[in-house]
Parts: sequence; structure tokens; C-alpha cells
Amino acid sequence: MEVIATRPKSLTDLNFTYCPGCLHGVAHRLIAEAIDELGMRNNMMGVAPVGCSVFAYKFFNMDMQEAAHGRAPALATGMKRARPDMNVFTYQGDGDLAAIGTAEIVHAANRGEHITVFFVNNAIYGMTGGQMAPTTLPNMKTTTSPYGRDVDDIGYPIRVCELLDSLVAPYFIERVSLLSPVDIVKAKKAVLKALKYNKEERGFTFVEFISTCPTNWGMDALESRTWAKENMLPFFKVQNFRDNGKEA
Amino acid sequence: MANKVLMKGNEAVAEAAIRAGCRLYFAYPITPQSELIEYMARMMPKVDGVFVQAESEIAAINMVYGASGCGRRVMTSSSSPGIALKQEGISYLAGANLPAVIINVQRGGPGLGDIQPAQGDYFQATRGGGNGDYYTPVLAPSTVQEFADMASLAFDLADKYRNPVLILSDGLLGQMMEPVEFQDTKTPEELKALDNQHLDWCCCPNEDEPNHHHHEINSLEIDPVVLEKHVLKLADKYAEITANEQRWEEYNVNDDNEILVVAFGTASRICKSSIDDLNKTGHNVGLVRPITLWPYPYEAVSEAVGPKVKKVIVFELNLGQMVEDVRLGVNGKVPVDFMGKVGGLVFTPEEVKAKIKENL
Repeated sequence: MEVIATRPKSLTDLNFTYCPGCLHGVAHRLIAEAIDELGMRNNMMGVAPVGCSVFAYKFFNMDMQEAAHGRAPALATGMKRARPDMNVFTYQGDGDLAAIGTAEIVHAANRGEHITVFFVNNAIYGMTGGQMAPTTLPNMKTTTSPYGRDVDDIGYPIRVCELLDSLVAPYFIERVSLLSPVDIVKAKKAVLKALKYNKEERGFTFVEFISTCPTNWGMDALESRTWAKENMLPFFKVQNFRDNGKEA
Repeated sequence: MANKVLMKGNEAVAEAAIRAGCRLYFAYPITPQSELIEYMARMMPKVDGVFVQAESEIAAINMVYGASGCGRRVMTSSSSPGIALKQEGISYLAGANLPAVIINVQRGGPGLGDIQPAQGDYFQATRGGGNGDYYTPVLAPSTVQEFADMASLAFDLADKYRNPVLILSDGLLGQMMEPVEFQDTKTPEELKALDNQHLDWCCCPNEDEPNHHHHEINSLEIDPVVLEKHVLKLADKYAEITANEQRWEEYNVNDDNEILVVAFGTASRICKSSIDDLNKTGHNVGLVRPITLWPYPYEAVSEAVGPKVKKVIVFELNLGQMVEDVRLGVNGKVPVDFMGKVGGLVFTPEEVKAKIKENL
């Protein structure tokens, strides 16, 4: 019998511990499939963040490091410099990457570190119970913006792809969505491209996933996707920002 | 290089670290350790090593974490305020059983303080420094030669115990020039052996099943029962280090000592001059100089208190942080007195002599 679908080798046998309806599992699977398809697993090492995906080091089936909050790009820098013949990726949420780890991501990108950063943006702190993130939308209610995010008081959400796109060094920057099957197929292409460039030592590659948090948004899985489509995608535009390897 | 060369402490320890097989260095500029980062910036490219000037002390120590998790000898350095910033990473290194060498060229504090020599980071260095139950071996040099020699010792201890190791120097040792004789540089074969010594646990090239490995470099244990086991295992390691790695120097310690001085680092070398002078004038004063500040040589301090010692006097460039450890060692046998100097000022041999003479 021909096997046409199986668990990627780049994922361990552990069951994901994510909430029902969470899209971390989809993002994990896309990355793992791409690593397998590109034949990169034996040379790949990864960095897990602090946040909901803190246990990513248990789920990806390769050597993994668990970083302090926000420091994944610094760890990845040390790892890549220590083992230049290997490939490195980080997997980070919005609180981790766009708040406490802002310096680390900006400077790793600015150095053009030969790493791939996967950034999951669901506009909220999930692990700690739904607090305001640097990506929380204007007027969006969270446990620390209980009256809605007041942009006059605390500012607007940070658009990380646009921020990084102001730097010279990054090689590939793309924002994708995980909100529908069609989006997921497109997201896979961006993941494959980023990791292929990583394998080819082209430079710094970055993929942002627009995701959801049904638990802390107080919605079911489908509602959360509809809400994200209507509210997140107009602010966080799905598009390729930079592809230095694009055929002319 | 069998000949002696005249070098600043900051440069000597950098050269010694490279000779000891350090090929990765991540740091952020700060006075008075700038010569160290600048030496590494010049020399690392010449030995196919890695030098990265990080965006912050926090980033630098986390780069160290990543490189150490890949099993390679790696170092960072800074001065007091910067070392405070590194404490997050040092705690994570300790929690994840990762070897690394961290050099603190101390300056005056608290806060921004000044850029003159001080020993005010004693508590921070010897009591872990970051969050959680952990310790790091702390080596305290008193000459440029010893500062340089400690690079190799620090890496050996770090690799042996899989633990971060601190060298606690100060602005005086970092800035002053003294003759240094370097240990032989590691051969390519020795370097290869160093790079391969941690392959059983570090991030390194992989294979397919059945030899595939999934190494986790991690300080997180969400299950309290598992974390308890982990912390107790770390405690076993600290007990082993405490039993095996205490180092100290005795200077003119004998049964006729009237006063016993305890001092480390820069303070101790000033005390030595004072003791030499006093001994010439018929006053018998001994010195114990702890070389490891953690593990602290409590018994050595206790045993150095001779039968005629009236008092133990501690001299430090702080407000008496080591006095607590000296009291634990002396354990009430004789009174323990203290003289300190702060603000980045250094006491003179005359001041030390005067303090000792008051008690003779």
C-alpha cells in the first residue's frame, strides 16, 4: 500500500499541547514538512521561544534549544556562528519577538544572520492568559487593555515585516495567513522558499504567520478565523515584502 | 611563546583565551574592559574564530548560550553594569548545564557608578547572581599573569562541570601592564578534540534513524516534581565543585602571625606590600588570598588562623561583602575586622599598614 500522507519526520511523536482551534499545530506541520521535503532535517537545529510555543523544542524532531523570552535570534546567532555548516531556525510569537525581543530580532536581521525566523502573530499573549501584545489591534480588548487598546495611550500595533523591510540586509520577508486552506497552501510555499534560501546560505529569511487565539479571544475556531480575516488582515497585509532570490 | 611580553590584563586574558581554544566571543563595549573586546575583534579573524559585537549585553550572553549549546568553547566579557545585564543569561546557562566563560572587569557601583577599579560585585558573583538556586565558580586573579592563566582554567572547569565560570577581575588588573608568559596554544588536534567533547548532548550534525538524536538545550521543567529533581541534581554538582575546586594562596602564614589578613584580587596585592613592610619591622602578619571566591575556601581561612593571631582583618574594595564569608570560616575563634574603600578608589599600602598597626 502506498503511503500518501504521514507525520513529517521533523516532528516527534508527541501530541501537541495547544488549545483546540489553535493554529500553532498547522505552522509546526508546515515547517516540519518543508524541512523534510528540502532534506534539511539532519543539518537543522531550532530555537523555541517563551510563549504558547515554549514546548516547540519537544515537538520538532532535531536538536533544539529553548531560549529566554525574546532571545531566540541571539541564540540562533550563536548557534549559526558556532556551527556554520548547519542550518538554524527560530519559532517565535508576537510578545516574544515584537516586545521583549525587539532588539534581538532587529539586530539579527540587520546583521543578515543566515537563519530563518518564523513569527506567529495572533495579536495577543496566549500563554499568560490573554494580555495585550505589541500586535494587539486598536480598540481590541484583552486582559490588560480591558477597555480596548487605546492608541492615544499605548500606541498602534507594530507591523514587524514592514519594520524589518526598512533594513538593508534581510534576504526574504513575507507575511502569510493560516486562516483558510487556500492560505495554508500559500503559506507552505513561503516556508519552503525561506528554508531553501536558508539551505543555500543566501541570508536572513523571515516568515510571519497571521494566526488566531480562540481561547483568549473567547471564540470558537471558525469564529476566530472569520474575526482575524475581518480585523487582522486589513492591518497586517498578507504579501511578500522582499525576495532577493526572485527570478527576474 | 616562551618569552615574557608586557601586556594589559584585558589583552592578556583575551590572548590566553584564544590559546585555550576559545574561537567564539560575543560582547558589548564597556569601560574598563574595552581592550578585551578590541583585542578579540582584531585577533579572532586571524584564527578563523568568531567575533560578534552584540546589540546588548543581554544579546551577547544569549549568543554565548546558543554557541555553548552547540558544544563549543565560548566567552563573553564586560564590566559591572554589563555583567548585571548578563545575569538572565547566566542563570539560563546554569539551568541548562552549559559551559561558558564570563569575565567581569569590575568598576565602581551601584548603578552606573564610575569606571575605576572596585570589588563591589562580590555578592552578585558568589551568590549566583540571577534567578534561582545556582552557583558559578568564581576565579579572582591578583596579577596580569594570573588573570591570563585563569582563562585556560576557567574553560577547563566550565567543560568539566558543564557550568558557566566567572573570572572576577577589576579595572586595575584590566588596565595595568605586567610581564606575561603564555601557555602553549592548542594544536589543531587539541582544538578538534575540544570541539567534539560535548557531542553526546549538544546541538550538532545529525543522522537518520536509528542514530537520529533529539538533544534539548533547556532550563524549563514545567512539572514541579521533575524540576525538583533537576535542581537537586545541580546541587549535587555544586557540592562536587565545592569539594574539589577550592583554591587559595597563603602568604607568610605561620604559627607566629599576630594578625591574619584576608583579601582577594587587587586588594590582596596591596596587602602583600604592606605585610612585607611590616614583617621587616618585626611584625608578623600573614595573608590568605582566596583564589576561588566560590567555592569559598572556608577551611583554609580557618586553619590559617594561628595560635597567636589576635584578629583577622579583611581588606576589600567594597563595603565588606567578603567579610561574611571570612566570619563563617573563622567561626568566632578571633574577632574579624574590616577596612574597605569604595567609589573606585584604591587604598594605599600605608593605609593598610596603619589599619593593621592599630591592632598589633
